Amino acid sequence: MASGLRILVPVKRVIDYAIKPRINKAQTGVEIAGVKHSLNPFDELSIEEAVRLRERKGPLKVDNILALSAGGAKCADTLRTAMAMGADRAFHIDVPDSADGGLEPLTVAKMLKEVVKKEDINLVFLGKQAIDGDQGQTGQMLAGLLGWPQATQASKVEIKDESGTVEVVHEVDGGVETLRAKLPLIITTDLRLNEPRYASLPNIMKAKKKPLQKMTLADFGVEDKKRLKTLKVTEPPARQGGGKVEDVDGLIGKLKELGAL
Amino acid sequence: MKGRLAIKFGSPYSILCRTSTWIPNVSPCVRSAVSTPNIRHLHARATEYLPSNFPDWTDSQRSVREAISAICSRYTDDYWLERDTEHKFPWELYKDLAANGWLGICLPEKFGGSNLGISEAAVMLQTISESGAGMNGASSVHMNIFGLEPVAKFGTDKQKEQWLVPLIQGKERACFAVTEPNTGLDTLRLQSSARREGDHYILNGSKVFISTAQVAEKALILVRTTPLKDVKKPSQGLSLFYTNLDRSAVQIHEIPKMGRSAVDTNSLSFEEWKVPVEDLVGQEGDGFRMILHGMNAERILVGAEALGIGYAALRRACNYVGERVVFGNPVGKYQGIQHPLAECWMNLESARLVIYLAARLYDEGYVDGEYANAGKYLASEAAFKAAERAIMSHGGMGYAKEYHVERYMREAVLTRIAPVSGEMIKNYIGQRVLGLPKSY
Repeated sequence: MASGLRILVPVKRVIDYAIKPRINKAQTGVEIAGVKHSLNPFDELSIEEAVRLRERKGPLKVDNILALSAGGAKCADTLRTAMAMGADRAFHIDVPDSADGGLEPLTVAKMLKEVVKKEDINLVFLGKQAIDGDQGQTGQMLAGLLGWPQATQASKVEIKDESGTVEVVHEVDGGVETLRAKLPLIITTDLRLNEPRYASLPNIMKAKKKPLQKMTLADFGVEDKKRLKTLKVTEPPARQGGGKVEDVDGLIGKLKELGAL
Repeated sequence: MKGRLAIKFGSPYSILCRTSTWIPNVSPCVRSAVSTPNIRHLHARATEYLPSNFPDWTDSQRSVREAISAICSRYTDDYWLERDTEHKFPWELYKDLAANGWLGICLPEKFGGSNLGISEAAVMLQTISESGAGMNGASSVHMNIFGLEPVAKFGTDKQKEQWLVPLIQGKERACFAVTEPNTGLDTLRLQSSARREGDHYILNGSKVFISTAQVAEKALILVRTTPLKDVKKPSQGLSLFYTNLDRSAVQIHEIPKMGRSAVDTNSLSFEEWKVPVEDLVGQEGDGFRMILHGMNAERILVGAEALGIGYAALRRACNYVGERVVFGNPVGKYQGIQHPLAECWMNLESARLVIYLAARLYDEGYVDGEYANAGKYLASEAAFKAAERAIMSHGGMGYAKEYHVERYMREAVLTRIAPVSGEMIKNYIGQRVLGLPKSY
């Protein structure tokens, strides 16, 4: 049925993984102003995989890779990075930055469902989670809303034939599991799937000319409705320093004392 | 403070206030106002690794910053310490930068470059340096960024195709051979010479402080083709060649030095070095004018590299003094430690503004020697001071190599000397800006 792959890659702009987030004074969330942000690392894997499918050239050709991000004006930078890595075009869903944690997964999934329909998408790559909220729900919810098969936490993706059979390997406790499904399909990506490339300078320059379309939630008939309320955000308790023991006997004595042996 | 700000937010000055005020220690209610969408903090904390929100940078500069940070962050301080200690060229970083198209940042698109300005190149080199690589990282690619500007400007299409393409792809490296042992900054009196014999020039002489000659295949070299006594002005009669660094005719000796030991620095001496006529860049006798062309750009880039060292040193210092507890407090709480570091940030930031102003002016086509030189001077002094304060803030740890700040200081010294000393910059400003007589 599928003549080619029309891939959607939703991406999120998050606080850079190397930054230690600071909780705001009101304890309602983390400080985001003036903090370095970058493309969610799991979403980088998604883009990389989509681009690699194109480079593998078969058995199904990649017609188009659409990157999408919902958030404030700065999301445009994130989308440019996605296009520099190889996405063909981008949708920026303009949602004002706010301190309340942004869109909830269900809202995002509903919006993505509409994008999938409108753009005739047959494969969606999502990061298995975003490193800010760590919710890990959007991909599964989207599969539910669309009634599509899903393969989560992929560590290998292979298109088997022209009819759109896809094999996905994912890691489970104590081993790996291989799943087979037919397009259309939702895949969420895990760390061992690939090693994302750098955006090269010539590609960064080319990405500036690729189409980036600005839209709103209303264009997809979706509302930013909150079902969850954040009551309080606090730092984890500071770690207490441990004791030192002289030797192995001391260690064993201590463990016995604590009832661990 | 709080009351005044609350009034300001509702007043006609609110826009001004939003874009130009950083608010320390504000109460929760003001803080929540600060995090509304159009009110942003201007500067990241000095403790942060390669932030990209310098307030004056353009989108283009920011995208360079982010992309180059992604590459550089894979090369840790320990990597650079090892390269420095073992005198090993940083091939891994060099190859990563080449493979991702960075070596052609300022060169024409036609030959694989990206045709960006010195404004972007400065961000690139500042970022490499600031990642912890310092001059060891920056110098490994520096020559590629500005060095072949004379070829790009004055070379024939055939020369550009032949020379720029492999340079940008990282298949060939070039060194820049101008300085001589007996002339130094007095470039016009350089003694190396070339005489024409048929379809060749024969070069004789020596050069000193030539970076990367150990790893370079090519040399851009300036020599005298008409003796000083036969020209009307000393700036005439010099010619520029871009040619194979023929090791059978050129003796290359590495010079051991204080720092930046991953990238070699050498003396070159050559006798009867045969260079084909096709390797002459531009017109014979026109070399000095062509070299001059890239000089302001080079000052800007070295200034940017110095800034990188300064911010790296400040980052290490602030992170350390925020955690190191002595007498019951982090040492950074004590003003004797805190205030000098605050000064370092102010010095660096003001030097940075001059450097990026100079870069912008250069890209707009101005001959901006005043700003390029002033920026280089201010940046190198600020970097040195920051590195020195970083060592002192670390105490004994700062003198130990494993804390990296002593490496930064050794490299900051280089930026104070090259490509032109602070003294010569003051001479230049004295004459050109102050309008005072030449003192030397």
